[in-house]
Amino acid sequence: MAKRQSFQIGTGLFIALGFAALGYLATQTTSLANYRQGASYDVKARFTNIGQLKLRAPVKVAGVRIGSVSDIKLEPDKLDALVTLSIDQHYDKIPDDSAASVFTSGLLGDQYVALNPGGSPDALKNGDEVVLTQSSMQLEELIGKYLVGQGDAGKSSDKTKPENPPPNDKNVQPNDKK
Amino acid sequence: MSVASRAFLPFTAGLAQLGACGIFLLQTLRAVPRSLRYFRETVRQVFFVGAMSLVIIMTCGLFVGMVLGLQLYHTLSIFGGTAALGTVVALSLYRELGPVVTALLFAGRAGTSITAEIGLMRATDQLDAMEMMAVDPLAYVVAPRFLAGIIAMPLLACVFNALGILGAHLVGVSWLGLDNGTFWSNMTANVDVWDDVVNGVWKSTAFGAVCTLIATFQGYTSPPTSEGVAYATTRTVVFSSIATLAIDFIMTAFLM
Repeated sequence: MAKRQSFQIGTGLFIALGFAALGYLATQTTSLANYRQGASYDVKARFTNIGQLKLRAPVKVAGVRIGSVSDIKLEPDKLDALVTLSIDQHYDKIPDDSAASVFTSGLLGDQYVALNPGGSPDALKNGDEVVLTQSSMQLEELIGKYLVGQGDAGKSSDKTKPENPPPNDKNVQPNDKK
Repeated sequence: MSVASRAFLPFTAGLAQLGACGIFLLQTLRAVPRSLRYFRETVRQVFFVGAMSLVIIMTCGLFVGMVLGLQLYHTLSIFGGTAALGTVVALSLYRELGPVVTALLFAGRAGTSITAEIGLMRATDQLDAMEMMAVDPLAYVVAPRFLAGIIAMPLLACVFNALGILGAHLVGVSWLGLDNGTFWSNMTANVDVWDDVVNGVWKSTAFGAVCTLIATFQGYTSPPTSEGVAYATTRTVVFSSIATLAIDFIMTAFLM
């Protein structure tokens, strides 16, 4: 009987360990781990182009994660992207003239929203909108611009082609100050 | 026997084996409800194929994780992407290496012992003796081991994955000086529960079923000689490994 008990305890321990490992993998190493964030407040920001920004992308100040992108939708009238940023309640002293930009982490990394703090004494509150925004850098446009510039420089001796203006540089400028 | 039919003998023998294995699977599945009467036997088998394999699984998981950490850190540093180390290690472990390496180790550690045990039961007429006593050997011997394999394999794969992550963390963060927060936050940002973790669990459940099916089938049909048991044990490892890798490819293609 004692022997039978011991293997049953061993089996029980093994199954408990296996499920503990599964629970650990599922809750601590996956996107579920980001759901356990506590109270947060929502701030809106408009971008003319968000590039490959995805839901749950991080929001960072000075490279430190302070929240995540909780909603992305197109605004039907202005046809620009309305992005909702959920910021941890813990960080409640972000000036309301801060600028939001869509950046890429590394050359091939994911995109995230960076907030550059301004100098206003008032802090962002729930429902506020970040007015200063900078859209995602489109690598293709930069390359396109570069190629057009190069082409013109190479053919400076014989100007057979009309001068091309750089295509649509709206996306790399700080956009609409409403 | 004509020359032509002799030339095709390996193929027909292989087909016959495959068919016998399929029939054996159906018989085992039919015996599963009856084997619930011997529930304690199933628990004992979970202990033998699962808990007793923990040491090898945990050691190998730790080392696989450490090697992954080292190799990927080196490769990713060429592209300046060492921040993605946690993500890459976690995804490759959960989706591929965890289930597959666990299944290969399981075939070597538990599959062989199942084959040898059942083969010796066959060789010493214990299976026939059970039938004489109106105990169905499929329900008492085969089905509990089959169930135990299905239960134990996903749990072993999860333990393997957890130790692998720990090993990669050890190498990447403690040794190579990657930032701890970067390691975890990149992982949690890119690894999904259903797409990655549960995907791997399905895979390892299928591997558990296939590996124990092959092990029990080889033992059950092994010739009742010492040489026959030896060959059956070898075939268990060979066929289990091939079947695991082949099914892995098919399941990856479907589950992607």
